This record gives sequence, C-alpha cells and structure tokens, in this order.
Amino acid sequence: MTSLLTIEGLRTHFTTPEGTVRAVDGVDLTIAPGEILGVVGESGCGKTVTALSILRLIDRPGRIVAGRIDFAGRDLLRLSDREMTEIRGNDIAMIFQQPKVSLNPVIRIGQQIAEQFIRRRGLTRKAALDEAVKLLTDVGIPSPASRLNSYPHELSGGQAQRVMIAVALALHPRLLIADEPTTAVDVTVQAQILRVLRDRCKELGASLILVTHDLGVVAQLADRVAVMYAGQVVEQATAIDLFDNPRHPYTRGLLRSLPRLGHVTERLLEIPGAVPSLIAPIAGCRFASRCGERLPRCTEEIPAMLGEAHLSRCFLAA
Amino acid sequence: MLGYILRRLALTVPVIIGILLVTFVIKSLIPTDAVTAMFQGQVTEQEAKVAIDAMRHQFGLDQPWYIQFGHYVTGVVQGDFGTSVRTRRPVLDEIGFRYLNTLELTFAALLVALVVGVLSGIIAAYRRDSWMDVTATTVSLFGISMPAFFFGLLVIMVFSVWLKWLPVMPRGWTALLLPAATLGLIEAAPLARVTRSAMLEILGRDYMRAARAKGVPERALLFRHALPNALLAVATIVGLQIGHLIGGAFIIEVIFGWRGVGELAVRAIEWRDFAITQGIILIGSATFVTINLVIDVLYTWIDPRIDYSAG
Amino acid sequence: MSATTIGTATDEAPPRATGLRWLGRQLLRQPQAQLGVTALLIIFVCAVIAPALVPYDPLQVDAIHRLLPPSAAHWFGTDELGRDLFSRVLTGTRYFALVCLVSVSISAGFGILLGLLAGAGAYWTDMAIMRVMDIVLAFPFILLILAVVAILGPSLWTAMIAVGIAGIPNYARLVRGQVLAVKHEDYVEAMRAIGAGPLRILFGTVFPNVISQIVVYTSFAMPVAVLSASALSFLGLGAQPPLPEWGAMVVGGRTFIRTSWWVVASPGLAIFLAVFSCNLLGNALRDVLDPRSAPK
Repeated sequence: MTSLLTIEGLRTHFTTPEGTVRAVDGVDLTIAPGEILGVVGESGCGKTVTALSILRLIDRPGRIVAGRIDFAGRDLLRLSDREMTEIRGNDIAMIFQQPKVSLNPVIRIGQQIAEQFIRRRGLTRKAALDEAVKLLTDVGIPSPASRLNSYPHELSGGQAQRVMIAVALALHPRLLIADEPTTAVDVTVQAQILRVLRDRCKELGASLILVTHDLGVVAQLADRVAVMYAGQVVEQATAIDLFDNPRHPYTRGLLRSLPRLGHVTERLLEIPGAVPSLIAPIAGCRFASRCGERLPRCTEEIPAMLGEAHLSRCFLAA
Repeated sequence: MLGYILRRLALTVPVIIGILLVTFVIKSLIPTDAVTAMFQGQVTEQEAKVAIDAMRHQFGLDQPWYIQFGHYVTGVVQGDFGTSVRTRRPVLDEIGFRYLNTLELTFAALLVALVVGVLSGIIAAYRRDSWMDVTATTVSLFGISMPAFFFGLLVIMVFSVWLKWLPVMPRGWTALLLPAATLGLIEAAPLARVTRSAMLEILGRDYMRAARAKGVPERALLFRHALPNALLAVATIVGLQIGHLIGGAFIIEVIFGWRGVGELAVRAIEWRDFAITQGIILIGSATFVTINLVIDVLYTWIDPRIDYSAG
Repeated sequence: MSATTIGTATDEAPPRATGLRWLGRQLLRQPQAQLGVTALLIIFVCAVIAPALVPYDPLQVDAIHRLLPPSAAHWFGTDELGRDLFSRVLTGTRYFALVCLVSVSISAGFGILLGLLAGAGAYWTDMAIMRVMDIVLAFPFILLILAVVAILGPSLWTAMIAVGIAGIPNYARLVRGQVLAVKHEDYVEAMRAIGAGPLRILFGTVFPNVISQIVVYTSFAMPVAVLSASALSFLGLGAQPPLPEWGAMVVGGRTFIRTSWWVVASPGLAIFLAVFSCNLLGNALRDVLDPRSAPK
C-alpha cells in the first residue's frame, strides 16, 4: 500500500514562560489515498497540534522542532513558505472546530468560496460564483444561489460548517483534515455533517483525517484509527480491529468510558488520574501513572510502537 | 436603513438645540458691547441710558429671552448669521471660502493620516517585534507626544530655513502639500497605534487561520481578509479623532498662514468679533453632526453584523 | 481543541491581581516606566522649587540682550524681549503641573461621579448621562473652547477648565462599565443582603476594582491635557503672554524662527519631553495590565 501522507517522528513544541510544552512529541502516522483516518484522544493530547502541523499552521510560540511529513513524495517541512501556500487548499485542506468563527465575518459567503477559484484557477468572478453555487448544492445548503450574498453571522452553525466543507473541497484536494468538525454544532445536525463529509470525500477520492474526541464518530466513519495520548500515538489499527480488540490499556479505558445505547450501566467508567504535564520529560510509558495494569518496567523503559497492522505502544501487547 | 438614518437624525436634535443656545448667548454679547462702546464717554449717563434703551428696543433686546431666541433661530435657518463688527461684511461671506479651504486641508490631511497610519500599523502588526515594528511603534510614540504647533514649526524650519523651499512654494495645490502632510503625519500616529493593536488581535482570530489553511497568500491574507475587519476599529478612532483633527487644522492654519476657518477663529477671538465666533461654532458643529451621521452609516456598510433596524 | 487548551491553560495560570501595589511593583521593573517616572518626578520637583532655581526673573524684560543664542550666561538663550529662556522654561514646569492637576482633577472628579451615577442609577439617569457624555466625547473640542473663550475671555484657567470638561466622558464611561460589571456579582448581592447601603457598596466594591484602571487612564489623560492646553495657549485661547507657559512662549518666538530657533525650540522641546515621559509611563502601565499588546 503506497501511502498518501506519512508522518515520522513529528515533534511540535510550545515555548511558554513555564517551560517548553511538548504538545506533540514523536508522532508517526500514515494515511492511504481515499482512506478515512480517525485520530482520537482527550483534549490536550496533541491531536489538533498534529493536524495543524501537517499544514504548517503552527503559530508562535509553537514550533515544529523535528520530524518528516511526507506528502506524495515531498517533505512538507522542507518546502518554502510559497510552496506550502500552494499546497494548502490545492492538495491539503482543513476544516475547523468552530465553523462560525472560521468564516470571515465581513466577507460574503459567495466571495469566500469564489476567492479560491478566482485566485487559484483564474476563473472570472461570475464563473467562480457559479462554481460556488454548485459546491453549496453538493454540501446540501438550501437555495444556494441566494446564500452567496449572506454573511457568516446569518448562518446556523451547521450551515457554516457545510460552507467550510465546500470551501475546503473546492479545489479537489487529495487530503482533508477535519478538526472536531461536529463539536460545535447541534447534536441533531452532527450526523448530517458527518455524512456530507464522508460522501464528499468518497466522491472526490480524497483522504480524510478526522480529529475528534468522540469515539462514536470514529466508529461511524473511520477506516483506521490512531489513538493519541500525551503527545504520542499509542495505538493504531483498523477501526474494526481497534474496537474489537483494543491492545493499549488507555484505549481500553476510553472504550469503557463510552456510553452505549441500550446498555444500562450504574455509572460511566472513567480513567482515574489526569494527563501528565507535557513540560517535564517522562521516563517510561506516559500512561503508566494512570494505568491499572502497570508493570515495574513501565516507569523505567519507554515502550516502542509494536505490531504489524495493529500497532500499540505497550509492553503488554508485545 | 432609512428608518435608521431618521432615528439617528432625531438624536442630533438635542445637540443642535444645545449648540443654538450656546451661540445665542455668544451673539447676545454683541449689541450690549457695541452699544456701550458707541456711547462711551460722549454723553451724560442719563442720555446714554435713553439711547441704550432705544437701541435695545431696536435690537429686540427688551423682549423675553425665548422670543429673542426664536428670532435668532429663524435668522440662522434663513442663513442670517449676522454681520462682522470688524469687517462689516456678512459672517457667512467671511466664513464661506475659508470653510472650503479648511475642508480641503482636513481631508487631505486625513488621507495622509489614513495611508501612513493604517499602513504602518498593518506592517508593525504583521512583522511584530521586527525592526519595522519597533521603528513604527517608536515613531508613533514620538508622534503622539509631539505638540502639533512645535512639529509644524519644525517643518517650517527644515523646509524654509535649511532647504529654502518655502518662499518658492507656489499657490495652488502644491501649497497644500506641506500643511496637509504636517497635519496628516500628526494624526497618523494615534491611527498607527490603533491599527496595530486591532491587527494583532485580528491576525490571531480563527478565520485568519482558516484562510491560511485554504492557501490564501500572505498579501491577500493581510489586505483582503484582515484589513476589512481592522477598518472597523480604524473607523471608530477616526470618528473620535475628528475633533482632534479639526483642532490640529486650526494650529496648522495659523502656522502656515492657510486662510481657513481656524485662522479666522483665532483672529475673531482676538478682535472680540462675536458674530464671527458664533458663526464658526454653528457651521463647525453642523459639519460635525453631518460627518458623524455619515460615519455611523458607513459603519453599517463596513460591518454587516450591525443591525440597523434596532436602536 | 488541544492547541488552544494548551495556550489558555498557561495564559490563565497565574490569577491576575490588580491592586495598586501590585501594579506599582510590576511597573517599576520596566525600563520605560523607570524613565518616565524619573522624568516626571524631576519635572514636579522643579515645579515646586522653580523660584529657587531660576538664575533670572522669568518676566524681566531686557531690551539690550534680545534674542541671544544659548551661552554660559543664558543656557537656553534669550527671547525677543531679552528674557532668560532657561528661567522661563523652568518656571513653565509649574504650569505643566498646574494643567495636569487642575484639568485631570476636573475630568476625573466629575467623570467618576457621573460614571457612578450612570452605572448605579436608574435606567433614565444612565441614558441621560451617557448620551450627554457621548456628545461631549465626539464634539470637536476646539469649538467647545471657542464658545467658552468667547463668553469668558481667554486665560489659562479657561483653557484648563475646558480641557478638563473635554476629558470627563472617558472617565465616566470607564467607571460606569466597571459598576455595571460588578453590579450583579455575588459579593455585591451579599453586601446588599447584609444591609449595606448603596454608597458603602459603591466605595467598598466598585472603587477597589476600578482604581487601577483609573490610574492607567490618567496616565493617558495627562499628556492629552497638557498637549491641548499648550495648543490653546499657542492659539492665544489659553495662557496669555507674558506668562511663561510653554505653549504661550512659542507664540512670541514664531516670528523669529528663521534667525533665532532657540526661542521656539526650548519650550517646544520641554513640552515634547514632558509629554513623552507621560506616554512612556502610560505605555508601561498598559503593557502591565494588558500583556497581549506588550512586545515579547
């Protein structure tokens, strides 16, 4: 399987007055063409920073300090700023958690979509707006032609996210990164947004990296899943394999904490303890402090990512 | 939209009444002064009193103040601002051409201020902490600390004493260059500061990151995506700065001998020519009220989020 | 979103105290503030002891020694009437201090009072006060002063009072906003519940909260007041000659700018440096209270 995107040893650190926060500290990931990869983890685990690092959208005080991000044979971290700008939107696009604030409040919707065609494809304004109408139809916006003149504040959260999807997919990128795309929209609309996202990516043959804390979303959509904890990927497998046979104690903890329809439980199980500080370096396994199956070596040696198709960073799994 | 403008207009009514009352008080100073001056030391006290009473009756000064005020307002509405004691010409004629000169100067200065201030604010924010930011921030700190009259005199010193340009400055639009640039640069300093801090805030917003994510190049990012948002803050400060700008124009007019309203106002105070003073206050206030209205309407145009059907 | 969580977590980590003492401590760590405070202290000390320092009578006309360039005898030179400029500039610190005190006291005094009334008072009180404040805030200051000067005649006091009035709205807005912000806080409700009167609540809760902001705003109001007052003097609408007020001093020297630059430069630079010191202090204060705008 040739991969579309391969991340190796990515480290993104933030300099703060309290010390260096190793938000992403050695992440490896791959995604195949047309695949949907779910990246899950608690907030603060580094999943969003990983996503932003791919597009090199890390702002000060953050910095990518090491790693390779190989996209279709080119290392994105070695490209010039200009080349990177070319990649954004054309080859890799991204949608964000807060759709309403991710659209420019003083620019009309139509212009925000058409801008792409005018600048990148050299279309006339009229032709670009026609394209925008098609895109809005594709993502299920009612009466798209009249929506072109709307401003973002006139849209609902769900509609805004559809517009964001339309903008992101306008130039048929090969990879779409969706960062918590449904967290900020009404529960009733979440499923629709996810369906639009999946269908549009399948139609265009684009790969999708779906960053979320919601295992339910991953179960619905993802082909493969990467579980992140404290700045690292701790388990990576196909969705079916991961849910049936979780190998890392953290993944098992996550799955136990998931409420299930039809199962009446006394209370939701939670993982005891808190995510360790990402400032002080940790000897051994990062999850050791919260792990119920801890071995003596867990606090001394750093476990490697082991396995063939189903990888996990745990001594127990080996 | 029309409803909004009408409501806005209604709100200016108390302002206008206030201005009319103040100028009415000023204008009331005229006849008494003039009458007293006319008879000073020429007749006996008794004769003077008779003459003054006759004069007061002639000017309608023996009527209750609200009737006088009514007459005054009627006159103003019909364009009768009185006659200058000094030049014996109608106040409106005195102010007329000078008003245009002042408008010319302030608009040219505003243009300079906007271009210089907004541009340097953008660059400073975009290249934060670079030498350009440090320079722009320092220069604008100097700018807001500099008295306009001192800066104006410095400019004259440099151009006329060292470069010897000023005497050969021809009349016409090139004569406008130096005063407008001087005033514009002074007003640019606070604008640069506001633009910088507004831009810094906007550059950190989610929609800017989203725009970068879709591959908008830097220049368009700055001017197409960030600037329209920053203009809101700029419009606010420009609105508040108009008073400052007019005050600055007075000073620059005096320094550069620009025949504008400000220069006339300073002379009128010196001459104790109250008719001209009240005329300038009236016309100046009317202009200000109009400009404010225009700015409020512009606001709704720049910021689509403002709903002008309410309040 | 993990990126923002990390960001905000560290941003919010130390709870921000805004007491005056805290402000002072933070402030004196900044070189900008040190410079500004030192310069202002010098100016105010000069203002107090100026009569003891001046080598000449600042008002003494000397027809023989007109327009002398700076020298050992006359450090800043002499003006068009032969008066010693160093003595005049030094005496000018008194008017600088006077303008700071009088104008800013008027602005702050009335502004705070009106702000409290508007914030704590009934809806209509609030509306009426704030509408008037809006008008005064936006109204061209120079027209206001023209009116005042036309009625009262030009003098330094007229100018200071007018400058003071023009500064009222900003204080009123600041205080009103703060009152509205704490009005429904739990501790205010609690004070009300234990029977504290409105005055006690205002001065017990609102004031401590708003005081540091008033200090910061004052650091911006002071240079503005000084600049306005000196500009009015320059226009002949404020301090009148022969008063050695810096703005008024420039008027006389204007005519001789081609030959005797020092007559204008001495008072001009004095205003610039004094205002610059205020602004340095103001900048430092703002950086302490709003670290977002501070350079890293």
